[in-house]
Amino acid sequence: MSILVNKDTKVIVQGFTGKEGSFHAEQCIDYGTQIVGGVTPNKGGQEHLGKPVFNTVLDAVKTTGATVSMIFVPPAFVGDAVMEAAEAGIELAVIITEGAPVKDMQMAKAHATKHGMKTLGPNCPGIITADECKIGIMPGMIFKKGNVGLISKSGTLTYEGTNQVVKEGYGISTAVGIGGDPIIGLSYNQLLPMFEADPETECIVMIGEIGGDLEIQAAKLIKEQITKPVVAFIAGQTAPKGKTMGHAGAIVSGSAGTAKEKMEALEAAGVTVVVSPAEIGKAVTKALAK
Amino acid sequence: MNIHEYQAKQVFAKYGVPVPKGIMVESVDAAVEAAKELGGPVWVVKAQIHAGGRGLGGGVKLAKSLDEVKALADEILGMTLVTHQTDAAGKLVQKLYIEDGADIKDELYLSVVLDRKLEMPLIMASTEGGMNIEDVAENTPEKIITIPVDPAIGFSGFHGRQLAFGLGITDKAEQKKIISFASKLFKLYMENDAEMIEINPLVRTGSGDFIALDGKMGFDNSALGRQAEILAMRDLTEEDADEVEAAKYGLSYVALDGEIGCMVNGAGLAMGTMDTINYMGGTPANFLDVGGSANAETVAKGFEIILKNPKVKAIFVNIFGGIVRCDRIANGIIEATKITDIHVPVIVRLDGTNAPEASEILKKANISNLIVADDLGDGAAKSVAAAKQA
Repeated sequence: MSILVNKDTKVIVQGFTGKEGSFHAEQCIDYGTQIVGGVTPNKGGQEHLGKPVFNTVLDAVKTTGATVSMIFVPPAFVGDAVMEAAEAGIELAVIITEGAPVKDMQMAKAHATKHGMKTLGPNCPGIITADECKIGIMPGMIFKKGNVGLISKSGTLTYEGTNQVVKEGYGISTAVGIGGDPIIGLSYNQLLPMFEADPETECIVMIGEIGGDLEIQAAKLIKEQITKPVVAFIAGQTAPKGKTMGHAGAIVSGSAGTAKEKMEALEAAGVTVVVSPAEIGKAVTKALAK
Repeated sequence: MNIHEYQAKQVFAKYGVPVPKGIMVESVDAAVEAAKELGGPVWVVKAQIHAGGRGLGGGVKLAKSLDEVKALADEILGMTLVTHQTDAAGKLVQKLYIEDGADIKDELYLSVVLDRKLEMPLIMASTEGGMNIEDVAENTPEKIITIPVDPAIGFSGFHGRQLAFGLGITDKAEQKKIISFASKLFKLYMENDAEMIEINPLVRTGSGDFIALDGKMGFDNSALGRQAEILAMRDLTEEDADEVEAAKYGLSYVALDGEIGCMVNGAGLAMGTMDTINYMGGTPANFLDVGGSANAETVAKGFEIILKNPKVKAIFVNIFGGIVRCDRIANGIIEATKITDIHVPVIVRLDGTNAPEASEILKKANISNLIVADDLGDGAAKSVAAAKQA
């Protein structure tokens, strides 16, 4: 078991033949992901990486039966790509592209929701179910199969957290990078219940950062609905106010969105909160030993 | 990206949002000429910097004669303004806005911001204009009205009525004016990919007109590529020179107060590295994300920028290679040692894609001052120790 994606998930790539799209699609295929085709306008009918190329997402879905799309199109075209996927019947769009305009994401996410499509990202590393399906840009080889579910705003902290969990002798069921933009798709409050329901997952690692209040909302949900142990780290305890820290959404505005308030809320909800990402592995071991 | 008040008012005027007449100047003589052109009898001399709280800091003053305009322009131009929104060093005033005095009956507040929870723009308004809105929100939250506007619908009649009645505006002519004001403001918010617009105060004049007496605008950096007119308003002198320089190389840099320089891939890990250094008893000197396409040149540039800070006593390079391959980072470090004189210990932790190759490369290069760390905790501890010894 796992959440959202597994070995049977059929995936297409939007922005398939571009440099980034090609490189990462190939890595996904090597990992074992069922990449069944891709979309690049005006290249329909061609073959790329041994898979068919389509002009539109609709053509690709009709022919391949894909349910997930991995999006690599340039930032200015992300909104359009997401809406195209939603109308073509895609169930989950994994948006890797960094730097999509916030206005476009507002429109695209609302449109996706209207059509019942889930979105992940933008500006995220993607999702991986260990040994089964990698949809994104993470280094596949570090994700050993196991019983820890991971949700993170940060790509490299996903790898860091996973690496520590594996070093402690455990592994990952599914790891989900949700991205750190101001408007993102699936977040803690949609993913936590999925991990709660997943029999394979026994512990959840949640990595957040300054800005917004998704972690505060998560604390509320954890208190009410989550029985599995949760280990959390919030990046940016030492970040200055009013400065965007790399991710467009990682900013403490006024007194809102600080690491401190998020850590306190999570602690009050019974979550094991670590002050350094270097402590994630040990905290997971402790949580699973209980 | 932020713009100056005088630029925000140019955008307002373009959309028909009422603003007082004003002229931006960069010298005392030009200030007097501008005042003559505006005609008076009352002028406001306003410092143009990218920070709020200018009035309290002494950067906004009223003049009742051309002599006063001259004296105030002389006083404010070239002063270093410290407000609650600047850092302790303050900001040098290089531009003034000379503006017509307004006939103020009362002061309101109006802003449009992105509500991240609702995932749509939010109009905020209050009768408590001229005050710090965070204080109003804290002490009298009932005096702030919030109106979410779905961008797919746009600003509709009911939004306008919520605003007008919410502000207690009962005169029908005034209702019409404030609704038109807000409707134009929302349009320009959307069309220019603004992140926030704040008008504080928005004044009601004796004749029942509404005028934007101040104007603050910030924009979505990701959308600047399609906002050429806005991008042309960028004032680089208002931004941190090192941050601007770093951005040219695809590096995201923020200076901090501490002693340990950090070079990390990924924003989350970069913050996490700072937090870990802090937790281990050290102080981070900066945030630096080398991004997903780091190569020898960008890494070398990163070292150069970090080392510009004389406080730096050690540098912690913490890379978890996903997209960024560790061997590239290793080559970058070697390249950097050739270009820059690295006079402080460099602690390197490379993990992930091609990590074994990377450590081979580093070993072969045989660089003095280079300390290899096994993991994040080890690297942070070694960095803190190295900085303490220095």
